Amino acid sequence: MRYLPLTSADRASMLETIGASSVEELYSDVPDGALLDAPVDLPSHLGEMQVERDMMALAAKNTGASSVPSFLGAGAYRHHVPATVDYVIQRGEFLTAYTPYQPEIAQGTLQYLFEFQTQVASITGMDVANASMWDGATSCAEAVLMACRATRRKKAVLSGGVHPHYREVTETYCQYSDTEVAGRDGNPEQQATVEELDDLIDDQTACVVVQYPDVFGRVQDHTKLAEVCHAKGALLVVVFTEAVAFGAIKSPGSFGADIVCGEGQSIGNALNYGGPYVGLFATTQKLVRQMPGRLCGETVDQDGKRGFVLTLSTREQHIRREKATSNICTNSGLCSLAFTVHMSLLGEDGYRRLATLNHENACKAADALDAVPGVTVVNDSFFNEFTVKLSKPAAEVVETLVAKNVLGGVPLSRLYPNRSDLDNYLLVAVTETNTDDDIAALADALKEALA
Amino acid sequence: MTFTTHTGNRGLVLEEKLIFEQGQAGRTGVDLPEPKGTKSRLGGLDRDSDVGLPGLSEPQVVRHFTRLSQKNFGIDSGFFPLGSCTMKHNPRINEKVARLPGLSDLHPMQPESTVQGALELMDQCAHWLLVLTGMPAVAMSPAAGAQGELCGMMAIRAALDARGENRRRVLVPESAHGTNPATAAACGFTVDSIPATEDGRVDLAAFEAKLGDDVAGIMLTNPNTCGLFERDVRKIADLVHEAGGYFYCDGANFNAIVGRVRPADLGIDAMHINLHKTFSTPHGGGGPGSGPVVFSDALAPFAPIPYVVRTENGFRLVETADENDGTKPFGRLKGFHGQMGMFIRALAYMKSHGSDGLRQASGDAVLNANYLLARLKDKLSVAYPGYCMHEALFDDGFLKDTGVSTLDLAKAIIDEGFHPMTMYFPLVVHGALLVEPTETETKESIDEFCDSVLHLVGKAQSGDAEFFKNAPYLTPRRRLDETAAARKPVLRWKPETA
Ligand SMILES: Cc1ncc(COP(=O)(O)O)c(C=O)c1O
Repeated sequence: MRYLPLTSADRASMLETIGASSVEELYSDVPDGALLDAPVDLPSHLGEMQVERDMMALAAKNTGASSVPSFLGAGAYRHHVPATVDYVIQRGEFLTAYTPYQPEIAQGTLQYLFEFQTQVASITGMDVANASMWDGATSCAEAVLMACRATRRKKAVLSGGVHPHYREVTETYCQYSDTEVAGRDGNPEQQATVEELDDLIDDQTACVVVQYPDVFGRVQDHTKLAEVCHAKGALLVVVFTEAVAFGAIKSPGSFGADIVCGEGQSIGNALNYGGPYVGLFATTQKLVRQMPGRLCGETVDQDGKRGFVLTLSTREQHIRREKATSNICTNSGLCSLAFTVHMSLLGEDGYRRLATLNHENACKAADALDAVPGVTVVNDSFFNEFTVKLSKPAAEVVETLVAKNVLGGVPLSRLYPNRSDLDNYLLVAVTETNTDDDIAALADALKEALA
Repeated sequence: MTFTTHTGNRGLVLEEKLIFEQGQAGRTGVDLPEPKGTKSRLGGLDRDSDVGLPGLSEPQVVRHFTRLSQKNFGIDSGFFPLGSCTMKHNPRINEKVARLPGLSDLHPMQPESTVQGALELMDQCAHWLLVLTGMPAVAMSPAAGAQGELCGMMAIRAALDARGENRRRVLVPESAHGTNPATAAACGFTVDSIPATEDGRVDLAAFEAKLGDDVAGIMLTNPNTCGLFERDVRKIADLVHEAGGYFYCDGANFNAIVGRVRPADLGIDAMHINLHKTFSTPHGGGGPGSGPVVFSDALAPFAPIPYVVRTENGFRLVETADENDGTKPFGRLKGFHGQMGMFIRALAYMKSHGSDGLRQASGDAVLNANYLLARLKDKLSVAYPGYCMHEALFDDGFLKDTGVSTLDLAKAIIDEGFHPMTMYFPLVVHGALLVEPTETETKESIDEFCDSVLHLVGKAQSGDAEFFKNAPYLTPRRRLDETAAARKPVLRWKPETA
């Protein structure tokens, strides 16, 4: 087997040094009958060529989102990832390193984490960010738990604009810690007002969670909401699913948000059918010690040279055990490297321009679709994703579009299976990867499907 | 010869500033088309201030990260015996297939008809895990080991709720990884520690005495964090079941027994598998991981959504609880469907090894660890007697009165060109050194490591503590001041204020 270097002679001489007669003897603590004496019922080993063939055969049964005009978003976005990103993350020194527990031989990882934290804090407009979480949805849940710790309260109000997966994960995380999750599912035709959310805030409310832009694509100012929250002793948590957006819209930090977290997949990371992705998590200086997850900090070495280490680990499970701020250990290291490299390539100009191009393409698509009979664009505002109302159920239309080789969007019924009032709505995302021909193909396909 | 250079660089060891310190306004590493100046529809929230990102060209970026990478140690660099972390070779074919068009570019919300190959791949990966563990069900979505624990413990909460029982105490051995108690607490359980015996295993009498009708279950790592197989594991399973509780097994150390022992035969109810340990998906400097959880029949109905089912008309992804199929999912743990990129790599690894190769790999991992133990046991102090599984545990008794600590020794090992072992874990052993060579290593590399360690131990015992206190000497940075970092945290770069 190509990965296993020991020869029979090695094994024999090693057993001799150990003083054991066989490898089986090393398993003598295994209870009677539990030690298998033959391989389990699975195929035998394969050479590299055959493995590759098998995997290619599986891949061939799928329609890749880059092989046809594709307009899916709803929390995961197709963007162009520069070749440099994939080159860097495949360098063995990054790819095959562990969590930087020995900082003297992990300055590479630690320095990019420091850069990552700075980039995340910068785009969100916050003081500090951590070294990543698992994804946007788990970040949202952890933000709610953090707000509960910080305020010593036990209730979270989730706006209807929050992605249903984020809501479900938050409910799942909260259900066994006596934390109430309030607020109803949203409505693409109607936006919750500050007053409606205000009514749900009581003296047990730890935080209000809003998504920006929201799950239906709308862009809303939350400055007033932040004031309302703070007046009642609650925190404002702003979540996001599209990290490119902050190149074009004001940062959540500028609203006065206390925690800003969400999905970083858009920058540097492929779609990967949903994972691995990278949770971004930022907050204010004041709340740093309540944060979940790893943090990288600056320090000096014995010779006085600047260096970096993991820090404030007294918040974490390996020190604090059952009193830790979170159970997270392994996070999204390599995905955060991909994010950092892509962000470094973009820089100020590239990041702003990328966001502008996304928005311009979305505007173009919105106009093209609005002109199709049976399609109405619902949103007044959007970044690169908007909701359209169709004259037929969206799930059926999407299937029809598949037959025309177009991945036309995400039907809201997929996200809200119990909301029949949303059956005719389709969520359409448009990025810099969509060409004018793609947009025309979508409009034409919809025209035929709805005729 | 030592002298300082003008740049601070030392030959190939290059100093590297932060990207924020090298950017220039107007520079960029991407060429994007000129925007057309369309009137925006951003709800009046158009960004009106700079983000504060530096501008670098593509070659600058490549050079920056290449230089940073050269300050890192990975499995590709050398021997990496970090106990409990299973730092085995990460095959490049796995990276290659994970990037195939038709896999890496699938959107998680594509219609089922367009992702049949992806669902089949998830199903195949699940099948391998089920056969290897002997268990009837698996939840694929957990993002890492710790989330797998959450998955298992939430299923236990849900099962107890379904029984209408309010059991809230979870028994956790003192030697457990920190994620175990943290997870139990996150599920609303209280943690009750069980002590270990002189030979590093659960103290059966103490365990039995703690059982009661408020016990939800036990979280036990097996092989345990001392690198030992829990001989009484079946008895523990029986006892916890008789007491009405469940058996959660932390499967972080599954690598020792893959293809040789099926956890199902030990009586477990749930176990997470770290695909980023046992099944070779890269650790990537901290992640991403993947932590599928296998379940017994008792807990299977409570597994979270989503999951894949095979039907006559192909594969289906179940994303919402269906009252009619008899399941009662406790909820959803993650956005979308799990760490697909890791499933691809793990499946490629399993197919490459096959059932014969997996069995050989676990056997070699255990053989390597026992060989290392045999070579070091006379000069170091072995924590517990007998054979070990895939990792060897020492305490710091051999350093007594030398003035050298486990940490000091680890730093000196760095200068020798190895990644140190895990230090100070598990907590039950004083100054613990946990060494896990994995099946990846040759006999030669283990010999080289053992020779170096024995040399260093001799040096420590001969009274040269000062040498160790100042190690490492040859790394890009010397020992770093962690206390200062925590006292006044600097967690981001900020522009100099003029
Ligand atoms: C014994 C043990 N349990 C649990 C974990 C947590 O796994 P993860 O880091 O994947 O969350 C680890 C990982 O370090 C471990 O060694």
